Formats: sequence, C-alpha cells, structure tokens
Amino acid sequence: MAGAKNHDYHILPPSVWPFVGSVGGFVMLFGAVLWMHGSGPYLFGMGFVAVLFTMYAWWADVIRESHAGDHTPVVQIGLRYGFIFFIMSEVMFFAAWFWSFFKHTIYPMNEYVGSTYVPPVFYQVDPLHLPLINTLILLLSGAAVTWSHHALVHGGPRRDVEHGLLAAVILGIVFTFFQAYEYHYLLVDQDWSFSGDKFFANFFMATGFHGVHVIIGTIFLFICYLRVRAGHFTAERHIGFEAAAWYWHFVDVVWLFLFFAVYIWGL
Amino acid sequence: MADAALTGHDDHAKPGFFTRWFMSTNHKDIGVLYLIVSGIAGFISVAFTVYMRLELMEPGVQYMCLEGARLTAAAIGECTPNGHLWNVLITGHGILMMFFVVIPALFGGFGNYFMPLHIGAPDMAFPRLNNLSFWLFFAGTTLAVASVLAPGGNGQAGSGVGWVLYPPLSVNEGGMSMDLAIFAVHVSGASSILGAINIITTFLNMRAPGMTLHKVPLFAWSIFVTAWLILLALPVLAGAITMLLTDRNFGTTFFDPAGGGDPVLYQHILWFFGHPEVYIVILPAFGIVSHIVATFSRKPIFGYLPMVYAMVAIGALGFVVWAHHMYTVGMSLSQQAYFMIATMIIAVPTGVKIFSWIATIWGGSISFRTPMLFAMGFIFLFTVGGVTGIVLSQAGIDRAYHDTYYVVAHFHYVMSLGAVFGIFAGIYYWIGKMSGRQYPEWAGKLHFWTFFIGTNITFFPQHFLGNQGMPRRYIDYPEAFAYWNQISSYGAFLSFASFLFFIGIVAYTLVAGRKIKEADYWGEYADTLEWTLPNPPPEHTFEQLPTRDMWDKQPGH
Repeated sequence: MAGAKNHDYHILPPSVWPFVGSVGGFVMLFGAVLWMHGSGPYLFGMGFVAVLFTMYAWWADVIRESHAGDHTPVVQIGLRYGFIFFIMSEVMFFAAWFWSFFKHTIYPMNEYVGSTYVPPVFYQVDPLHLPLINTLILLLSGAAVTWSHHALVHGGPRRDVEHGLLAAVILGIVFTFFQAYEYHYLLVDQDWSFSGDKFFANFFMATGFHGVHVIIGTIFLFICYLRVRAGHFTAERHIGFEAAAWYWHFVDVVWLFLFFAVYIWGL
Repeated sequence: MADAALTGHDDHAKPGFFTRWFMSTNHKDIGVLYLIVSGIAGFISVAFTVYMRLELMEPGVQYMCLEGARLTAAAIGECTPNGHLWNVLITGHGILMMFFVVIPALFGGFGNYFMPLHIGAPDMAFPRLNNLSFWLFFAGTTLAVASVLAPGGNGQAGSGVGWVLYPPLSVNEGGMSMDLAIFAVHVSGASSILGAINIITTFLNMRAPGMTLHKVPLFAWSIFVTAWLILLALPVLAGAITMLLTDRNFGTTFFDPAGGGDPVLYQHILWFFGHPEVYIVILPAFGIVSHIVATFSRKPIFGYLPMVYAMVAIGALGFVVWAHHMYTVGMSLSQQAYFMIATMIIAVPTGVKIFSWIATIWGGSISFRTPMLFAMGFIFLFTVGGVTGIVLSQAGIDRAYHDTYYVVAHFHYVMSLGAVFGIFAGIYYWIGKMSGRQYPEWAGKLHFWTFFIGTNITFFPQHFLGNQGMPRRYIDYPEAFAYWNQISSYGAFLSFASFLFFIGIVAYTLVAGRKIKEADYWGEYADTLEWTLPNPPPEHTFEQLPTRDMWDKQPGH
C-alpha cells in the first residue's frame, strides 16, 4: 500500500511490546522494593516474567521482520551502530565499578589520617589457579566464536559454524560454573562474606555483574546457535550473530581487566 | 509547495486511541507524549516549590507542621516544624526536575519530534525502541511519585536526602521510599540511554541525501551532542546508585567507612555523571535558541561551525570538571586547582555561543514575537547564571559560597531560567507546527513578561541571601534573612501564576486557537525542514526523502 515510500529505512507498525515491557519493568522493580522490605518475591517474579516474555516476543518480531526483508543495507548499518552504542554504555557502567575498585585499592581508608578502619585479614585467592583457568576458558570461548564467524563469512562448512558456536556456549557455561564454584568455595569453605568490607563489595559486585553479562552473552550465543540450525544466517546477513560476537568480546575484555585488577593486583 | 507529494498518501487506516498513543512507533506522537508527561511532572514539581516558598516567606515554621501540613499560616505555638516534609519536598523537586521534566521535555519531547524532521528522516532509527524509552520514562515518573508517597525516613512518607542522594544519609534513610527513588532513577536512566542510542544512530545514519555533518541544523546537532553525554554519563550514575542500593539492603560497604568504604567516592561518581547532566539539560535549549534567534532576527545564524564545535567542546569538557561540585570535601590543592582551571575553560566555548547569538541579533530585522522574547530572555539570564558560575568555580570563593543560597540562585539561573526558558521558547515556536493552531500573541507576551519578572524576583534576591550566608536546604532561617526571602516568595507566586496562565494558553490554543495554514509561518529564515510540512504534519513525513533545495537555503551567502 505504501506506494509513496521511496527510502530504505524501516518504518514499523505499532507494537504493544514497549508498553507491556515497561509495565513489566515497573511491576518488577516495585516488587523488588517490596521484596527487599520483606514482602516476598511474588510481585517481583511476575514483573520479571513479563519482562522476559516481552524480550522474547519483541525479538521474535525483529527476526520475523528480518525474514520479511525489512532489514535493508541501511537498516543493517543502523542496527550495528545501535548495538555498538549499547556496548559503549555498558562499558561506562563497568567504569563505575572499576572506579570504586581503583579508589579503594589506591587510596585505602586505613591510610587516611584519623581513620580507625583496620583492613580484615582473609584467605587470599591464587590468581594463577582457578582465575587463570577461567581467563583461558573465556578467551578460548571468544576464539571459538571467531572460528564460527569466519566459517560463516567465508562460506566454510555450516558444521564449523555450528560447532564453533556450540563450543563457545559450552565454554561460557563452564566459566559460569567455575565462577559459581569459586564463590561457593570463598563464601562457604573460606572466611569470605558478601558484606562487611569494601573489598568484598568490590569483588562480588564487579565479578558478579560480569557474571550476569556472561550468562546473558551465553544465552545470546545459544540463540544464535539455534538460529544457525534453523538456517537463518548467510555470509552477508547475520547482524544477530555479529552483535552476539561483539557482546561476547566485550565480556571477554571486561574479564581481562577484572583478572588483572581485581585478582592479580587486588589480592 | 511540495507538501502534497512529500507527505503522500492518506490511505492508512486511522489508528484507534490505544494503538496511536500506547503502541506508537511514530516519533511525533511519542514526542507529544513526552511533552505532556513532562508537563504533568513539571506541574507537580513546581507545586512543591511554591509550597516551599510559602513556608520560607516568613521566619519561623507556619505551614509544614507535624500536626499536619496546612495551607493557612498556623498561629504561634500551634506548629511543630516538620523538617522531614521539607526535606522530602526539596528531594522530590530536584529528582523530578532533573530526571523527569527537563530532559524528557527537551531531549525526549522536542528531540524526538524535531530532530528527525530537521535531518529529513522519515522516523527514528528504532521506532519501537523509541516507544520503550517513553514508557520507561513514564514508569520511572510513577516510581518517583510513589517514592514521595511511600513509607520513608523518620516514620513519615518520602525520603528527605536531597536529589544527589549522598550517603550516609541516603544509606540510612528508613523505609522503601529511598529504594523506590533509586529504581526511579535507574529506570529513567535506562530510558534516556535507549533514547540516546536511538538519537545517535538516527543522526548518523538517516540524514537527508547531501546533508553532510557540517550542514545539519544546530538543533539536531545539540540533540546529538546531548545524546553522547547521556550515553556516556548515565550508566556511571546507574553504577553509583546500584552501590547505594546494595549498601542499603545487602550490607556492602562501598560508602561506609566502618567497612573501609568512602562516602566521598559516591560524590565523585555521582558528579562524574552530574556535571555532564547539567549540559544534558542545557544543550538542547542552545539548539532551540539558535534557530529562534536566527528566525526572528531575519538573519542566518552567525558562525554556524563555531556554534557546532562550541557544543562539542562543552560536551567534552563537561566530563572533566566534576569535582568543582565538591571543593569542600578535602581534596588536595592541586586537584582543586585543576578542577578550577578546567571549569573556567568551559566559559570559552560558552562565550562563543553567547556572542554568536548576539552577533546574529546584531543588525537584524528583529521581530519581538513570544519565542524571540523567551530566547532573548534565555540569553540574558543564562549569561547571568554563567557569570555566577565563574564566580563559584573559584575554589577559594566557593569556601564561602558552598551550600549557600548563592549556589541555589546560580543553578536556577542556568536551569530554571535557562533550560525552562528554552522549553517555553520551543513551545511557542513550534506549537503552531505541532497542533495546527497558533497561540494568541498577546497572551504569550503577557506570559513572558510575568514569568520573566516573576522568576527574576524569585532568584535574584537569593544571590543576596547567599552573600549574607544563608545556607541551602533549611526549613527556617533567622530574622536577618527575612527581607529578601519574603521578596523571593512573592516572585515565586508571580511565576506560579504565570505558569498557570501558560497552561491556560496551551489549553486555549489546542482547543480554540487560530488555525494556521501556511507551512513556514515564521517567515523565510525559519528554513529547516519542518517548515516545509503542513500544520500539523501528517502521520508519516518524508516518505519521499527531501531534496537538497528544500533544506540547503544558505540565506545570505
């Protein structure tokens, strides 16, 4: 019908997902406040489910539009731009946590004149033990994504694309498992706690937020794996794959900074 | 005109109310929604301040009583001061104005509506995401209002910690109110970040054929620079208030010295966001004023390229001056010297802008219509606020002025009289375009003069109060400060009356304003692309992309 349209941009029909997602977000956060003040997690859970459902439905729409040919070259450029800016905002989010870490490490409170704070003595993690293994796992996972990407771009066998992605996903899960094991070891078997000292605050919030990003990135890659299986990507058109790969490398780089700062220097 | 061909077909079925306003993917409708909701939030926020000025009119506490807040003065001895209520109102005013009024009106409202039109784009790059930005903003506003009403500190409703949410106060404030406020800021931050991603992508990817970066209209440039500041500053704030949240609820000690934490760290991270924030607030107003000044002086803007790069410079410098908000926390002398010098350097690009506006007006054929009055009011008042800013940038002088009413006067001159004048200027400039009906000129002029006089009577005496040493954020003051406080309150009442009158003007214009037919009703120097469209523009604009002759006017060259 839109015979007058003479451009390649993507004009969307109305969609209910932004409204549903925002209502879900409101319910989730309002519920989170109630939960933190002892009213149970139910409202939070309802909101969280609404947000997850919105994500699923929204991105399903995006994939459908992609198949319908709405993602012209200029729209693809826009999608790439948008995702890069999203990653930039994520980088700045981590800047706040690193800021806190560097401040507390370079200018610890116990060196302030008149401070009565005494840093606690606690079990020291050997950074060259599990953390180094985890570093290698994550880097290897990044390499697997690149293997898969190259196989896709250069028309390699589809099997390589699938195996590379699957390897990346599995390595991501192993990383998360090792992180969880480390947390458990430190909190249960050793004398660490989440609260009480600025070191624990920095350690758990920085590595914890990184861990959340690893989980998100793993899911993202797994969705890409399913989409490869469904035959969605071609050598020219695979924005979703590219975004997942960029996101995964961003998670990699944040981990490298965490590894050198929080583990090697901080401990 | 090429309008008919431009706007094309009307064969779309007319969308229903819910579809149009709740499921919108249309940048113009979303821009209108932003303006409406930020207007409502602005009314709530302004009502808070009028009540505060009422309380400050006389020494002693007569209205905010523990026995119950009242609208008539209590007799002596009948009122126990309710400092918590006062603190809640200043906090609510600050948070609402900062996150839910000025950014959404300028960046969300005008940015959404006119930035794509200025660059000749048919819509935003991510229209659905655009709607998510709006509804997250709405959710955040609801959380912020809920925070004022929810159980909070001192066994009362609301949080009284100030909009900056400094620990330890914000960590120790009881109740859910503070957590709701933190989430409100999170959600509004997410909304702004998504909006910024959308704006930057639109700006870079969807300009009309031939419109190189050095030919983009100044308003679109101002929104683009603002978007960068939002993209890079707001996530840092999100980190800081997440630390507050875990300090409050999960026992971390980021800001608690007993656990090795540092409350000053919060101030650093907050102001690393907070200083770019003040440019986020003011830059879009710069853009609006540039267009209005050129239009009503009947001259092209003086020094287009310096104007662009002045905004870029202000944006970049805005990231490296944050600690001038915290000279008194015990920074080393060299730190203070650095932040002082860096801050003063910002006066250079700002001066470029002020003098370019003046040079645009200079020798022009000026018509003093309401938008032009507000724009000239903006230039004058923003300059006053900028000059007091230079005073405050001096670390030594700030020792005396820190947390006095001088600071209150300063930032209200740049924001209440700068950004808000920019919003009003934009509304009068564009309301005919957006609604198809023109406001009555006499009413606009009356609004301007009452508002100009009212706000100056409100805020100019606050410089004197600051000089006398009156501290900020108190419900009461000694007899010595009574004189100027009373005058300031009268000014606030006049401004509020003027604001009510403005609401009346908008209501009248939308319902019964004179219909306005010609597309470029402000004349040939309003030469950006929105002036080639009918009033109001059709649902979809620029489905035929604009050709170069439509926007590349270069008048006077």
